[in-house]
Amino acid sequence: MIAVRPKLAVIKFASCDGCQLSLLDLEDELLTIARAVQISHFAEASSRLEPGPYDVTLVEGSITTPEDLHRLRKLREDSKLLITIGACATSGGIQALRNFASHDDFMRAVYARPDYIETLATSTPIAAHVKVDFELRGCPIDKHQLLEVISSLLAGHRPRTSTESVCQACKRRGNVCVVVAQDLPCLGPVTHAGCGAICPTFDRGCYGCFGPTIQPNTASLGDHLLGGRVNPSEAAMLMHGINAYAPEFSAAGQRLWQLAGLPKSLHPSLQVELRKEPHE
Amino acid sequence: MNSPEVPSRAIRVPILTRVEGEGSLLVKLREREILDVQLAIYEPPRLFESLLRGRPFSDVADITARICGICPIAYQMTAVQALEAAFAVSVDPEIRRLRRLMYCGEWIESLALHVHLLQAPDFFDLDSGIELAERFPDEVKRGLRLKKIGNRLLETLGGRAIHPVNLAVGGFYRLPKAAELQTLISDFEWGLAAAIDTVRWIATIPLPSIQLPYDYVAIQHPDEYGIIEGEVVCSDGLRISHHDYEQHYAEIQVPHSTALQSRRVPTGRSYFVGPLARVNLNREQLAEPARRIADEIQFPTPCHNAYYGILARSIEVVHAFAEGLEHLRSYQGRADARVPFTVKNGSGCAVTEAPRGLIYHRYEVDSQGRIELAKIVPPTSQNQAQIEGDLRALLPSLLDQPDAQIALNCERFVRNYDPCISCSTHFLNLRIERE
Repeated sequence: MIAVRPKLAVIKFASCDGCQLSLLDLEDELLTIARAVQISHFAEASSRLEPGPYDVTLVEGSITTPEDLHRLRKLREDSKLLITIGACATSGGIQALRNFASHDDFMRAVYARPDYIETLATSTPIAAHVKVDFELRGCPIDKHQLLEVISSLLAGHRPRTSTESVCQACKRRGNVCVVVAQDLPCLGPVTHAGCGAICPTFDRGCYGCFGPTIQPNTASLGDHLLGGRVNPSEAAMLMHGINAYAPEFSAAGQRLWQLAGLPKSLHPSLQVELRKEPHE
Repeated sequence: MNSPEVPSRAIRVPILTRVEGEGSLLVKLREREILDVQLAIYEPPRLFESLLRGRPFSDVADITARICGICPIAYQMTAVQALEAAFAVSVDPEIRRLRRLMYCGEWIESLALHVHLLQAPDFFDLDSGIELAERFPDEVKRGLRLKKIGNRLLETLGGRAIHPVNLAVGGFYRLPKAAELQTLISDFEWGLAAAIDTVRWIATIPLPSIQLPYDYVAIQHPDEYGIIEGEVVCSDGLRISHHDYEQHYAEIQVPHSTALQSRRVPTGRSYFVGPLARVNLNREQLAEPARRIADEIQFPTPCHNAYYGILARSIEVVHAFAEGLEHLRSYQGRADARVPFTVKNGSGCAVTEAPRGLIYHRYEVDSQGRIELAKIVPPTSQNQAQIEGDLRALLPSLLDQPDAQIALNCERFVRNYDPCISCSTHFLNLRIERE
């Protein structure tokens, strides 16, 4: 059970700020939330920054620098409950594509003087480094799920968020299947629900931004993709998108790559063997 | 007393807040001499231009959106238009109007967020929009509702407000039905009137006065307020095609930042992009209600006071509602969602006006439609050098204040630019070092 008016912190690492923005996008509930919790540290919204300990810490972003890793460990010590929000924090995010490539090549393509910049060779999820109490999926998270998390914590119970796949949400929405009807590549069968199946609703295939669902049959879906009109490198890259470093998507993408028997030089994000353990 | 023997003094001020992303500001002083001002962005680099290489062109809008959760449409729109240029695709006029409408939605949510939750608290010595809501409940609630309407439009057109999924090279994945857009008309009618009231409210706030010389840069279009295309125009008279952008505006890397800084070529001068630049350059093309309210509050022309950025933003919210309303009313939904096109190798660039200012993308694509090169210039890296220059100009008037007050005033000044540090490459840390 947490304090009557729990202290909330919102902290970011490498990310786009979109998931914490979801809190400010709760326009109808924001002022009520601000009365129900004590917003102790939320730099995007308030200049009043209080030191820990915090009752609940929402963490956005992935770990990409030595300093951030240090900051995260301190934050874990300061937080009763640590909840990750979004794909960067739960799987390393789109920037984890670097985990499959030569970091030096990546840096040189952006910066003339990479030596000015201190960064790790990998982008890793929060849970690779510290204990995480709850993960909220999505790129971005769904603000209604965020509201469920905050409400549940205030009520003192574990948040209830669906673990089904996008396919189930898509069926309930009454969509005609874009795979069956249009032969579009779609990660819906293996992707965690929460978005509302918006991509199929907009006549396109799911690109997996909520990450893998529980026990996804990515191998079967991979075979299906290869049997369709998608070429192998496109199929591999579909798996290696926003949640490329999520173990299930990572492995499935690598398998597609190998099945296709393609030369290693074709795509920079797929050249290097998957690092089994995240960089310390 | 300018000798190095003067005792050194370092003052560290906590995180610069109510901005997007993380960085720090370093001010080095020896007595009354300003040794250095560095806006240091330490947002961890995410290396987007590298991770795009080799990806299919159809991934670019989805990936570049992830540069910024506050202005994903700016990235998506600029990306699809640059790729359309590479494939020599021109979109249907109704698609173009729908894209402008979508951009209006992003302007509304982003500009209203900055006006109400990020900047306005500064002028009342408050720490947050939530505190501001205790003092001005009706005004802040109105602002939140304006922002919500912008988001609702994005949800309708794009599936969700943050990282929408509908923009595609050649048009959209799916077009809305006319009836879907018509449900937004009453909200936009309310929003237009409410946005005008917001400008009147902001105009009652006494803003600090400061006059600085600026080279304002924005896109300009002969027929419309420049948002999604046009020539790149500078207040000093330079008018160029967006194809020539890189010849006149160049990014340089500085040791203290993970963002690249833009300068004018060949002079090396800094320049200013964003709502204040746009209103200065394109005021006559604002929608009529926005032009009228600008006149009513006697918004100066030209305006060289960066604090007036909050007024420029408020005026642009009026514009976005007025223009958005026209598009909502005229939309027929008769076009095809996408223009057919042939993938070919080539290169293409585009400029649009993100809520925070001009954004430029250029891509080179191979014959399979894979990205060979991506160049992305976000607004905040263009403003970075200008922010540093402004602080140098501002600091002499602040030096008699206690260090904590200097830091607070610098932080507030930086907020005039609505810096988006996530775009440029985490919290801004403000630190003053006195030698």
